[in-house]
Amino acid sequence: MLTATLDKPRPLSPVPPASREERENLSHRKTDVSQQTVWMLAVRDNRDREAFAALFDFFAPRLKGFIMRSGASAHLAEEVVQDVMLTIWRKAAQFDPHRAQVSAWIYQIARNRQIDIARKEYRPMPEELKEEPGSEPDASQILAIEQESGQLKQALSKLKPEQREVLEKAYMGDLTHQEIATQTGLPLGTIKSRIRLGLERLRHELKDLTP
Amino acid sequence: MTAINHHIPDPMMAAYAAGTLPHAFAVVVASHVSLCTQCRAALEAHQNVGGIVLEDTRTVALSSSLKDDILSQLDAPFTPAPVYERSGVLPGPVMEAMKGRAPRWKKLGMGVRQDILTADETGSVRLLHIPPGQAVPDHSHNGLEMTLVLQGSFSDETGHFGVGDVEIADETLEHTPTADEGEACICLAATDASLRFRSLVPRLLQPLFRI
Repeated sequence: MLTATLDKPRPLSPVPPASREERENLSHRKTDVSQQTVWMLAVRDNRDREAFAALFDFFAPRLKGFIMRSGASAHLAEEVVQDVMLTIWRKAAQFDPHRAQVSAWIYQIARNRQIDIARKEYRPMPEELKEEPGSEPDASQILAIEQESGQLKQALSKLKPEQREVLEKAYMGDLTHQEIATQTGLPLGTIKSRIRLGLERLRHELKDLTP
Repeated sequence: MTAINHHIPDPMMAAYAAGTLPHAFAVVVASHVSLCTQCRAALEAHQNVGGIVLEDTRTVALSSSLKDDILSQLDAPFTPAPVYERSGVLPGPVMEAMKGRAPRWKKLGMGVRQDILTADETGSVRLLHIPPGQAVPDHSHNGLEMTLVLQGSFSDETGHFGVGDVEIADETLEHTPTADEGEACICLAATDASLRFRSLVPRLLQPLFRI
């Protein structure tokens, strides 16, 4: 299925062929769903390699930068990028756009991999919640999560540079939990209200999934 | 299930999301999140922040062969990591810490039994089995202690803790947790092992308790 189109330059708003069905499922406001989500759903539901390649083009250079900021060599960083990208492909079934942005899901995979390597031990993770098999995507919920994340992103962009720096270090795993509790009070406080707004929505979504 | 009233404090959840919480505490947080919709939503909100940090990370150019290397491995066979399901009252992360085995209870005195799941220089995590009406024997902890109720309930000077509730205590908290009448109380308890950590604990707890 790896077609020759992979080598052609991609149009600005590419429409991966296999994602058409997904776009139809997302019907009325399909154009509002982010390109990343459309790609990820095409990978999840249709094992679409072209969409995977598009995700690679967007995320792999960011992942490399993200991992190198924690002090990894370029060589090690690319090994981690490889592991993370293959995990995205293999665990795509676990991606749930009603609860997570693609970037949030990939962030968590990347941190898991970094921790596994650094500490040589597994990272404890909560039990997975499974989507009902065959459940229809709920476009309004997916959009709500995306809008919430967009507003969170805006709130973060308004942080002072030094606050932003502390926040980035915290989420990149460069601060211990003691340091997070003592140093990041301010930026965490700033984003907390934003996070809280998103919580009700997530809670609602999770209620349907919790047995 | 009765409502959960005692949750994971936000800076601790941020540290867990970023992967900087010591392993023993991470097992407790992952277990609590497996039982608690509210904290799962909080965790996923933090992962959304992490995703935004990842999206905004400056890109670093990749080796020219990386993409093709990864695309060529998509069909390669791989062994998925084992998934440990909940077993009775024991959440998945506890089963994972025990690699799927049943608890191996050892007498601790006064009818209380324990099973140490993991212990290293960053801390230890154990299961406690406390008969109804029994007080937990003196279990002096040098630093932070997190206790998650998995069955039954206990009460101490600070309140009542039922299934899913987490108590966070430090060495300054004088308390005598006592299992309530009825079912035996089974808890998951994590502590810091390191004495060096002691001086940092007050700094850590202050912001935790303020929330």
